[in-house]
Amino acid sequence: MSMTNILIDNVPYAVDGSKNVLAASLSLGLNLPYFCWHPALHSVGACRQCAVLKYKNAEDTKGKIVMACLEPIADHLRISIEAPEARQFRAGNIEALMTNHPHDCPVCDEGGECHLQDMTVMTGHNCRRYEFKKRTHTNQYLGPFVNHEMNRCIQCYRCVRFYKEYAGGKDLDVFASHDDVYFGRHEEGVLESEFSGNLVEVCPTGVFTDKTLKKHFTRKWDLTDAPSICHQCGVGCNIIASERYGSIRRILTRYNGDVNGYFLCDRGRFGYEYVNSPQRILAPAIKGDCALANASPEQAIRQISAIIASGKKMIGIGSPQASLESNFLLQQLVGPAHFYAGIPRAEGKLIRRVITLLKNGKVRTPSLAEVKDFDAVFVIGEDVTNTAPMLALNLRQAAKKGPVELVKAMHIPEWNDAAVKDIVQGTTGLFYIATPHHTALDEIATRTYHAHPDDIARLAYAVAQHINAFSSIAGASSSTADAHSPDAGTTANPDADFEALSKSIAAALLAAKKPLIVSGISLYSEALLDSAASITNALKDQAKDPGLVFIVPEANSIGLVMLSDQFLEDAYEKEEPDEDEKPSQADEDTAILLENDLYERTFKGQTDLFLRRQKNIIVLDSLENATTRQATHLLPAATFAEADGTLINNEGRAQRFYQVHQPDNAVRSSWKWLQELQSAASSEPNVPPSASTHFDSILQSLVREFPELTAITTLAPAAGFREGTQKIPREPHRYSGRTAMHANVNVNEPQPPEDADSALSFTMEGYAGVPPPALTPFYWSPGWNSVQAINKYQIEVGGPLHGGNPGKRLFEPSNIPAAILTPNIPAPFTPTPGEWLVLPLYHIFGSDPLSALSPGIKERIPQPYIALNDSDADKTGILEGHYVEVLLNGQKQRLPVKLHTGLPPGTAGLPKGLAATAGLQFPFSTTINSGNHD
Amino acid sequence: MDKPLTQHIKKDGSWLTLKEYEAVGGYQALKKVLTLAPAEVTTIVTDSGLKGRGGAGFPTGSKWKTVPMGPDAPAIKYFIANADEMEPGSFKDRLLLEGNPHQLIEGILIGAYAIQARFSYIFLRWAYHQAAKAITQCIREAYEAGYLGEHIAGSDFQLDLSLHTSVGRYICGEETALLNALEGKRANPRSKPPYPTVHGLFGKPTIVNNVETLCNVPLILTNGADWFMKLSKTGEGGTKLYGASGRVKKPGLWELPLGTSLREILEEHAGGMKDGYQFKGVLPGGGSTDFLTEEHLDVPMDYKSVSAVGSRLGTGTLIVLDDKTCPVGMVRNLEQFFAQESCGWCTPCREGLPWTTKLLDSLEKGTGKMKDLDILTFQTHYMAPGNTFCALAPGAMEPLQSALKLFRQDFERHIHEHKCPWE
Repeated sequence: MSMTNILIDNVPYAVDGSKNVLAASLSLGLNLPYFCWHPALHSVGACRQCAVLKYKNAEDTKGKIVMACLEPIADHLRISIEAPEARQFRAGNIEALMTNHPHDCPVCDEGGECHLQDMTVMTGHNCRRYEFKKRTHTNQYLGPFVNHEMNRCIQCYRCVRFYKEYAGGKDLDVFASHDDVYFGRHEEGVLESEFSGNLVEVCPTGVFTDKTLKKHFTRKWDLTDAPSICHQCGVGCNIIASERYGSIRRILTRYNGDVNGYFLCDRGRFGYEYVNSPQRILAPAIKGDCALANASPEQAIRQISAIIASGKKMIGIGSPQASLESNFLLQQLVGPAHFYAGIPRAEGKLIRRVITLLKNGKVRTPSLAEVKDFDAVFVIGEDVTNTAPMLALNLRQAAKKGPVELVKAMHIPEWNDAAVKDIVQGTTGLFYIATPHHTALDEIATRTYHAHPDDIARLAYAVAQHINAFSSIAGASSSTADAHSPDAGTTANPDADFEALSKSIAAALLAAKKPLIVSGISLYSEALLDSAASITNALKDQAKDPGLVFIVPEANSIGLVMLSDQFLEDAYEKEEPDEDEKPSQADEDTAILLENDLYERTFKGQTDLFLRRQKNIIVLDSLENATTRQATHLLPAATFAEADGTLINNEGRAQRFYQVHQPDNAVRSSWKWLQELQSAASSEPNVPPSASTHFDSILQSLVREFPELTAITTLAPAAGFREGTQKIPREPHRYSGRTAMHANVNVNEPQPPEDADSALSFTMEGYAGVPPPALTPFYWSPGWNSVQAINKYQIEVGGPLHGGNPGKRLFEPSNIPAAILTPNIPAPFTPTPGEWLVLPLYHIFGSDPLSALSPGIKERIPQPYIALNDSDADKTGILEGHYVEVLLNGQKQRLPVKLHTGLPPGTAGLPKGLAATAGLQFPFSTTINSGNHD
Repeated sequence: MDKPLTQHIKKDGSWLTLKEYEAVGGYQALKKVLTLAPAEVTTIVTDSGLKGRGGAGFPTGSKWKTVPMGPDAPAIKYFIANADEMEPGSFKDRLLLEGNPHQLIEGILIGAYAIQARFSYIFLRWAYHQAAKAITQCIREAYEAGYLGEHIAGSDFQLDLSLHTSVGRYICGEETALLNALEGKRANPRSKPPYPTVHGLFGKPTIVNNVETLCNVPLILTNGADWFMKLSKTGEGGTKLYGASGRVKKPGLWELPLGTSLREILEEHAGGMKDGYQFKGVLPGGGSTDFLTEEHLDVPMDYKSVSAVGSRLGTGTLIVLDDKTCPVGMVRNLEQFFAQESCGWCTPCREGLPWTTKLLDSLEKGTGKMKDLDILTFQTHYMAPGNTFCALAPGAMEPLQSALKLFRQDFERHIHEHKCPWE
């Protein structure tokens, strides 16, 4: 970064010479209003709001209005933000915008966190001279997530720039012209993009607002907020979760420059509603003669701790949805030998393989944010948009990287977005996708390859071999041409196609500055993981700087497997009664199940068998499900919203989340229940258990047992941390109604609950400045009430947070020779006549069972279906929409057929995670009866 | 040859066929050009002093010079004739388009050769149906005769030419918005830099020249730069198509030496004001130029001289204001047009022009207030050059800002009399 000396209002500053004046000014902490510019979308010069005066030289007194966002930083640049001409222009510009903007702030959804409000106040415009009618528009229904109110639009064009250009959406656009421009869909309907919710934050005013918030609307200042981590996939996006009156009201992006930056996917943003579900378990329950009956926490603790203290056989089953702390305490309670990671063995082994490859391999896995900087991508097996949506969003940016680098070489700065786009003309860089079926990213791919997972692994291995074979003679210089050769893979000979394709991918990866390989476990194939790693190893050997990303399914998949290598089948098999053992003895068994619906994980028959053998089924969970209905003892566990904890994402990044509010019922973190049980079980009967241990001490004992997790103690300041003498308030300083909230019960202001586990408080009192990043519950700064107050929390706009981006990486490649792979190339897939190999199909809405319980998400979940190969269907006369009979775990299910998915012959696909497919272990072979179509 | 540009245009309204054009020396300039190096062609055009006739007056040769040339230059470049004549009061290109399309095609060919373009387009105003017919036939003829396509006139030069008929937005005449429209995108202007000569149509080097500009090119190549320079009265090179509309005796279009005085155009060629009408003012170069009045009548109509008195030569087509026409109403009509034609990209133009129009409308209806004049003056500063994304709104402010100065009393009368005094 080259520093350049400039003068702003005659004050000298040294600023990053690669920036524009707006970004530099904001990074200096100066207040300069803007609308169309966005730190991730950059400059287009549409709104004209960031006007400043630019002087020719030291003598120039007149200056000229320029747009700061389009003005490059140059040596001895002299500008003025405060000059009266510049101020007048900016106030006039707001006045112009306000001619058509409604004066409805008090009843507007955005009021109090509106960037337009902030900028209006900042410019000083407050008196309306416009006396004519305002233009009006018709609003559209845009689906369950985003509300549309076009009359508020100030035409900054950010929405379409994000939706179309950044996120690759097709169904939001700008229509008409002059002062009638309209931002919406061509007709009413559900926004298709998986990232539509970002419109809520990208829109500087109240055109696009959060429809789930609108259903239980609360002003920003009345929300209690906490820094949290999204639990809806393995990527670990940082979120702000907000509560009022005991219910979660919304999720916003919590900026983390190393992870999700400014954005979230719609599952992450709108999938929170299950927290408020009527199916929440709010009180402990104990099974009486026939049914579960509510019990007091004390009763429950007493009964369960008695079972634990009895010393009978006891196992614990953890969960990839639960925090490290909860899993660890369960492991402690039952003993490591009796603790099982609550996932099927096939999945567990693959996650273990991922950990090994990342820890002991040769190649560094990039952070989610770093993914954007790779200029060639090869996706192996993953439908990324559905298995790790935010990774897909960043891969879309990586696809632009190559062309943008070429533009930068022409001395056009990357921030000049309009200019870059005019030159790039929508071309994408080298991007290859090998998946069993079409995926949303196919549209940006240079080439795609749709095949059985074994054939995908074969392709990946072939690519690795070609890279290894590239000697200094072949060189990478001629390889770009190969990569773009349209002839590659168009001959009639499939073997030659395969050869040409693998060669062209190898050439492309070698030609790139930074090639990235993306794979994961969604197809349950170890060959895919190994072949992906063998490509990056080969690239590393060729002195390239490759990256390797693995996608894992759940929020704490990695953390769970780091705690235990025993999986569900191990638990189930161990519990099989020995032949000479009396069944009655087995009946004494106790299983403690942590936040895990086993019926989602394993087939019903298998799960039933296991649970039937348990005398005591102690379940800690937050929502009713098939497993909780089998419980003998049920404890109401916190969701992410009521719990503190640590998760490890697919990068091996440990991240802390904090409870948003203290519920006024028995719900508490699983680790709290477990620690109370532990304490009660180990104390003398009738003696009250000793004072509970706090979160930090659990962390201490956790890292004593698992030294490789030591970094998790440094993720955030400890509970004793104070800014001066103050805690960090979860409520903003303008929080209102505190004395009135419970006035129907008690006119006294209730004592706010204490948070003994963190440095956050449940009040509005406390430190008012910028807190440590891991403890930042909301963004707010004087004059900056919208989400764009984030500028004030960053060292430079779009850069790292003050105090560093939170989270700690646990793995750096240690290049242990033992981890070097011996290629284990699978045989090509050959279909068995009459049989279908069923692969899992992933859906951003539906494949995650928890978010699927959110009403908004529910509207977007597909109906169960079976996807078939087109030619297979042709042969049997099956048409799109026909119902067929599929044998699933011995049971017949009638499902409608979906064609044109690109699946290879002999395979079929079933959506994973739907109720109809719960417990299926993919992949599996089955038969399909196509007779009797209707 | 005092009217080189229009000398061959027939009076009967039909255009010159290829045969007819060739009979008067057509495509000889092209044949000559094909023996020259591209850089030599550009030098000749530069030396001639030819400036863009679309309104901005940028030297044509200098524009061509900024196109990347040589072996490292992109293999594909574009050459575009801007025939999207939509400036209020302008109808000069229409004569050339309807009367002698081959002259334009030859100009395109020469320009394309100079920058070594591979593809070319004529971007035509949608309403010019007759021109579309003429151009379509002439392009066909040119292909058949080997003036377009591969091996043009037996050389290695290759150029394809297509006619693109616009769907009719004023903003498409802005060269970068034109590029977006040609690409099938919204006709919003583009950010500059990069300039189209380096990154233009589909990201490739592109020249966009006005029709009248290009029609001069074959003449320059045939007769030389000096000849062209000497055609003008004041040293800026060439003749100019001047037009006049309004209440003059003979509204029309005349090819005259560049630098002919405003008075000569008005009094001699347009025949002076109609009986019973007094001259009050004139927009010298189309709808987006500042008013000039009586005192400016002796200004030579060239780029430099008109700028010196506070207006612009623009398209050189006069819109004459008489004493029986309300200047506020005239400006209102213009602003309504510009407000309607705003692309909606930048705030001042999108929001400022409709507000301006509503204020003028209110004045016309007799509901205006004195403070409205302050707001109107504010708008002219707000939409000044550089404050907006492109030149549309600053252009729209030119008639308004000059009217506010020159006809201030007329504005105030609307307010004091609570009606339009011309009603």
